[in-house]
Amino acid sequence: MPPLLAIDAVSVAYGSTQVLHQIALTLSHGSIGCLLGPSGCGKTTLLRAIAGFEPISAGSIALEGQVVSAPGRTLPPERRQIGMVFQDFALFPHLSIADNIAFGLRGWSASDRRQRVEALLRLVGLSGYGRHYPHQLSGGQQQRVALARALAPRPRLLLLDEPFSSLDVTLREGLAREVREILSQEGTSAILVTHDQQEAFAFADEIGVMAGGRLLQWDSGYNLYHRPASRTVAQFVGQGQMVPGRWLDTTRVETPLGILRSDAEGTPGAEVDVLVRPDDLVHVRSGDSSASGALVTATVINRVFRGAEYLYTVQLGSGQQLLCLTPSHDDVAPGERMALRLDQRHLVVFPRQTA
Amino acid sequence: MNDTPSAAALPLTPPRRQRRRLFDGWLASALLVALLVALPVLAVFSFVLDPAASVWRHLGATVLGDYIANSLWLMLWVTIGVVAIGVPCAWLTSVCDFPGRRWLEWALLLPLAMPAYIIAYTYTGLLDFAGPVQTALRTTFDWSYGDYWFPPIRSLGGACAMFVLVLYPYVYMLARAAFLSQSRCALEVSRTLGAGPWRGFFTVALPLARPAVIAGVSLALMETLADYGTVVYFGVTTFTTGIFRTWYGLGNAAAAAQLAAALMLFVFVLIISERWSRRRQRYHHGSARFRALARHRLRGWQAVLASCVCLLPLLLGFVVPVLQLGQWALLTYEQSLNATFVTIALQTLLLAGTAALLVLAIALLLGYGKRLHSSRLLRSAVQIAGIGYAVPGTVIAVGVMLPFAAFDHTVDAFMSRYWGISTGLLLSGTLVALLFAYAVRFLAVALQTVEAGLGRIRPSTDDAARSLGLSPGSVLRRIHLPLLRGSLLTAIVLVFVDVLKELPATLILRPFNFNTLAVRTYELASDERLAEASLPALAIVAIGLLPVILLSRAIRRPATGEVDAALTGH
Repeated sequence: MPPLLAIDAVSVAYGSTQVLHQIALTLSHGSIGCLLGPSGCGKTTLLRAIAGFEPISAGSIALEGQVVSAPGRTLPPERRQIGMVFQDFALFPHLSIADNIAFGLRGWSASDRRQRVEALLRLVGLSGYGRHYPHQLSGGQQQRVALARALAPRPRLLLLDEPFSSLDVTLREGLAREVREILSQEGTSAILVTHDQQEAFAFADEIGVMAGGRLLQWDSGYNLYHRPASRTVAQFVGQGQMVPGRWLDTTRVETPLGILRSDAEGTPGAEVDVLVRPDDLVHVRSGDSSASGALVTATVINRVFRGAEYLYTVQLGSGQQLLCLTPSHDDVAPGERMALRLDQRHLVVFPRQTA
Repeated sequence: MNDTPSAAALPLTPPRRQRRRLFDGWLASALLVALLVALPVLAVFSFVLDPAASVWRHLGATVLGDYIANSLWLMLWVTIGVVAIGVPCAWLTSVCDFPGRRWLEWALLLPLAMPAYIIAYTYTGLLDFAGPVQTALRTTFDWSYGDYWFPPIRSLGGACAMFVLVLYPYVYMLARAAFLSQSRCALEVSRTLGAGPWRGFFTVALPLARPAVIAGVSLALMETLADYGTVVYFGVTTFTTGIFRTWYGLGNAAAAAQLAAALMLFVFVLIISERWSRRRQRYHHGSARFRALARHRLRGWQAVLASCVCLLPLLLGFVVPVLQLGQWALLTYEQSLNATFVTIALQTLLLAGTAALLVLAIALLLGYGKRLHSSRLLRSAVQIAGIGYAVPGTVIAVGVMLPFAAFDHTVDAFMSRYWGISTGLLLSGTLVALLFAYAVRFLAVALQTVEAGLGRIRPSTDDAARSLGLSPGSVLRRIHLPLLRGSLLTAIVLVFVDVLKELPATLILRPFNFNTLAVRTYELASDERLAEASLPALAIVAIGLLPVILLSRAIRRPATGEVDAALTGH
């Protein structure tokens, strides 16, 4: 069976400016993907190309094996059976909530349509709101109507363009979880566009990091965080510091944090940067004898209380600064020293950039 | 692996090319319309270098100085008058509270329904030697002719007064919108810095509202320059009367066009000042954290004074003339409410309705073109097409007549030469010419309303409808038309009423024996049959109230484009 969505070497150009370069990814039935990147990286353009709003200048987009976009040939959006939820929801202000949801149900019998609308209103928790009008609803409620409207015709694929960005921060996480739940109940595959990595992690099975019109990596959230394919991905996803190092032999790297072992092989003598995430560093409390691995001590520069945890900025004797995440009970004042151990499952190494 | 997408024989349309073709068609027709609408002004200017020198020199030696002097005096006094009435009324009704404030707020707009020529006829009837005022003075003091001095109404000063009474609402409207949009914070800051309410007005509120006041004055002055009915009745010679005289009296088209071009120079200055001040106005809008002004409650003699200040323009600009017209109508309706009147009224309604629909269709074409195809070329074409609102009716009439007559002569000459048939006048003196002139003059009114309506429909709404299975045509039908209904209706009403009130272009371009209510009023008044003119005049004023109602509804949300459209339309 062909994948639900196959994007092959897709480029998009406006006149002579190329905004998407050779994008390739596949999404299988029932999974949820996410395009993550800073604004202007081309993620919305890609989403609109999938929906059929943007013609592509190279490559192809195929839905269930059928080419829907190719250079010079674009199946119009209304014939793709792709649902879309817009950033500003784009509800039709002149139609009631029920009519908004029923909008895409053309060719359905009246009773089927009514049942479908009722079912969706229930699904998004807005039973009884059918006769209301969009302006009478809150932002979160409008968002749910937009979702219900897009889901109503049972699209093959649902596209969500920064759907939570216009909502309150407090509302956002809860709603993202809820939408995820609704999608899996409906069994709908989806692609979400966002610039918020927490949202991406919470929502998606597979995440694509985009920058400058290129897809840098298409992978699970775990791998993006712990096995970034490039320096840009490492810097964009999560926090962390680069620590200078040098290959001792083909499997070991020497760093200020000690000698680290790598799964990958390197050229002995080559200068590298090693990615150290805040959660790769473990605070070793005094008297803790079970500690193993390289131990270093560092001075606390400052710390940020984040509820369940502290994020410490510490400095090694070499002047190298690192971030370290500890449980919130580990209370070390700035200026004091703390013992740290590197607990790294995968060593992430990039060739040293010569400035 | 059958992952490779098969290029299945799907009915794929090549949308890019198709879209471009569609857009090109739209662009071409929009450009064509813009060009047609610009034609009259271009025609007028093409005569600037025409050597109609003898007439021109004659005009220069005799009346041109008068035209310029009279126009400048009119502009000066109208500016002073509309600011002196409009700004205080706007300030009082937007930041103070006094008895009657609630209804005065919208009632102060009522004079907009009164065309200047009608108020001129009314006050002439009231204040002339034989009118009730002077008669009452004579009987009371036992004076007779020559014993006393009474300001002559039919004079330059009288004309200024008439314009001020019906045009101050422009300044009132825009200044009020500006005062209301000013955050109370700005004024309160000035108070905490030690400025009293008066200093606050002059140092903060008024400077912030200045662009709005300038825009309002520009609109009022455009109306002043465009007027024909008032000045010709009062015997004040201006460019518009001069154009008429040169056209009909001297029969010199080139000289008339040259006078029209000279008048357009005045108008361009006003257009530029209006556009410039409107642009500035946008930057002057209050802070994001907007708080409405808390009204300052006036008491005692202050409240009485405020009520009087706002009541007086309403009385003089609307109530008194309407009462006078009503009295005349009661006296004369038995003779004047006859079959002729009904025919003329129906003719007028039909003409105005046709013009409104035509203008709306053009506005939709241009407005949609701009939405679909935001090229700079099209944007400037639309802007040029919208300039007609500032061009006086006489200029448009001359500008329509010249190319239409040239076209008719060419066709006629061609046909007689090759087929021996004389086609005569095909376009000149027909309703086509008249409708074309209306389209040029009032396109901006409809265009602004349509564009404001379209602007409120976000592009994502279109995309959402497409993704739910609607073709572009259905999007127009099922999404845009229902959402635009209000704006379209507003546009129709505004153009309809403007056509109804229009005098000079109709006078020049109407087919032989074709009358409108406005022309009928003018003719009767010119024959000094003022009382009989009251019935068509009252009809015009009554229908003219429609857009004022729309305006008074919009006055509470001053940011909408409909206010702008309604204002530029008058």
